[in-house]
Amino acid sequence: MKKRYLILLLYLVFLMLPLYWMVNMSLKTTAETLSMFSLVPREPTLNNYRVIFTDPAWYHGYLNSIYYVSLNTVLSLLVALPAAYAFSRFRFLGDKHLFFWLLTNRMAPPAVFLLPFFQLYSSVGLFDTHIAVALAHMLFNVPLAVWILEGFMSGVPREIDETAYLDGYSFPRFFITIFLPLIRAGIGVTAFFCFMFSWVELLLARTLTSVEAKPIAAVMTRTVSASGLDWGVLTAAGVLTLVPGALVIWFVRNHIAKGFALGRV
Amino acid sequence: MDDKPINQKAWFLVLPVVVTVAFSAVVPLMTVVNYSVQDIFDPHTRYFVGTEWFEQILHDSRLHGALVRQFVFSLSVLLIEIPLGIGIALTMPRRGRWVSVCLVLLALPLLVPWNVVGTIWQIFARPDIGLLGRAVNALGIPYNYTGDPTDAWVTVLVMDVWHWTSLVVLLCYAGLQAIPDAFYQAARIDGASRWAVFRYIELPKLRGVLMIAILLRFMDSFMIYAEPFVLTGGGPGSATTFLSQLLTTMAVGQFDLGPAAAFSLIYFLIILLFSYVFYTALTHLGRGANR
Amino acid sequence: MEWMAWTLPTALFFVAVGCLLLGMTVLQLVWPTVERKGFLPMKTTRGDRLFIGLLASAYLHLAWLAFTDLSLWWALGLSVLLLAVVLRWG
Repeated sequence: MKKRYLILLLYLVFLMLPLYWMVNMSLKTTAETLSMFSLVPREPTLNNYRVIFTDPAWYHGYLNSIYYVSLNTVLSLLVALPAAYAFSRFRFLGDKHLFFWLLTNRMAPPAVFLLPFFQLYSSVGLFDTHIAVALAHMLFNVPLAVWILEGFMSGVPREIDETAYLDGYSFPRFFITIFLPLIRAGIGVTAFFCFMFSWVELLLARTLTSVEAKPIAAVMTRTVSASGLDWGVLTAAGVLTLVPGALVIWFVRNHIAKGFALGRV
Repeated sequence: MDDKPINQKAWFLVLPVVVTVAFSAVVPLMTVVNYSVQDIFDPHTRYFVGTEWFEQILHDSRLHGALVRQFVFSLSVLLIEIPLGIGIALTMPRRGRWVSVCLVLLALPLLVPWNVVGTIWQIFARPDIGLLGRAVNALGIPYNYTGDPTDAWVTVLVMDVWHWTSLVVLLCYAGLQAIPDAFYQAARIDGASRWAVFRYIELPKLRGVLMIAILLRFMDSFMIYAEPFVLTGGGPGSATTFLSQLLTTMAVGQFDLGPAAAFSLIYFLIILLFSYVFYTALTHLGRGANR
Repeated sequence: MEWMAWTLPTALFFVAVGCLLLGMTVLQLVWPTVERKGFLPMKTTRGDRLFIGLLASAYLHLAWLAFTDLSLWWALGLSVLLLAVVLRWG
């Protein structure tokens, strides 16, 4: 029993070390970072964080990212829920092929697809809007959302649907008042995955935005190249990118701890 | 699974997904196919060249090198992260307040934007100001990821393990938690060994989540771009130049739109084939086991 | 649509793909497929075999370009043959 936790502890330490180093650097001045090697900051300073919270270019990056990521999560869930229900309850023309086709959309290497994406969203007048990034990220989030939700829904016995219909429930009413509460955990877990994959993606988000909707990750790369690697501010921004996701995982932790198998067992 | 009723009206429920995904998927894919058969100078000056680009790409030795590196890398990622992820999931406490702490700590690396992951490791591994670089050198092992190809390669791999194993752990942990206690009690009464419990109770129940984990890890590691780009820039030499890095050099650096498009289609076909094989194999494995 | 850089051959290609999808749908409605086991290692439906055949054809074309200097029409002919074999006996 004890040995088991030792392994876990070692692994968590391995996970935390690079993050600790980032936090450590964010509390130093860039001059101190570059001049000496120290495990803890000699003269701890919050200056780097102050830069981020007072410069609109920085904090708008955060607001933009949070905005389009939330939009993406909500939209992905809205379209994926009925689809996952269809996949879990019925057979229909081309269902299996459709399911695999959805998955193939995660497989396109972005580099070359960026130009057509840019042109497509420009031609419909969505370039540099939050909705453009949210829509583009749905390309890889919706398939995953459908997959995960379908796993959860398959775990709900079909008798529940049938009983509800016999009791005179219409489909929308049944779906919203009875079915959704039953798969609450699944929705939470799916939302976490959508949030995560949209939050960390850079290439599409950077290509589809210029000023108005520029994400934080892009702000970081550009500021770096302009001011010649300000390690302090850069790492402080990195630390702050962890916060929204950490909040989301905190809200869904119990759903993960309760467990899900996602297989038709 | 096969006893589901047939209902063509289900298409109406799927339609929103098909429309939203197709909007972003089909038009760009068609455009890339169009690019791949033309020599494009600017939007109005382009010539049809047939399959010339495909031929050129297939004979490109840089592609062969990157392809081999990519396969070795993705295979290493799967061989390390899947067993390690299952292992760590097994060591986690099943209940209690530490569960929350573990889950949040585990999820942190997943939530770092990909280019920031590269930045973190770039600093962390530096021999002069980085903790890892300092520590490894202090142990007497010469280590410098910007100069030595092996060091660079290992650093990228360790970075990926750091970054993504948590995904496997979270999924597997959730899968393990879904196993009712009655199964374990029955196994204890039968006097089953730890290995037997794992092999015949836990592993089969993990199939669903492992399928997602394997497919996601395969696809994403095969398309890895931002992390090594920031960490090593593909170097030293071309030691860590993976497929997407080479592709980007071609598409953005040299602006060879035609060859780059041909390259992406070949790239896509490779991922498609392997994903299809994994997907079909894992699906049928499960069906066979249930009968 | 100008930026999509259409050419006649690729347009024909996508029209063909569209017709194929439409044809398979109609075929499925009038003459539903039955899952069966052929020489492929798993049970397949008609759609599965078509996908496998098309994927194999794509790889055959790539291999043709990589390893021979012969005309691609040969590869196309072989692909049609391969597709027929997979659809019939796969």
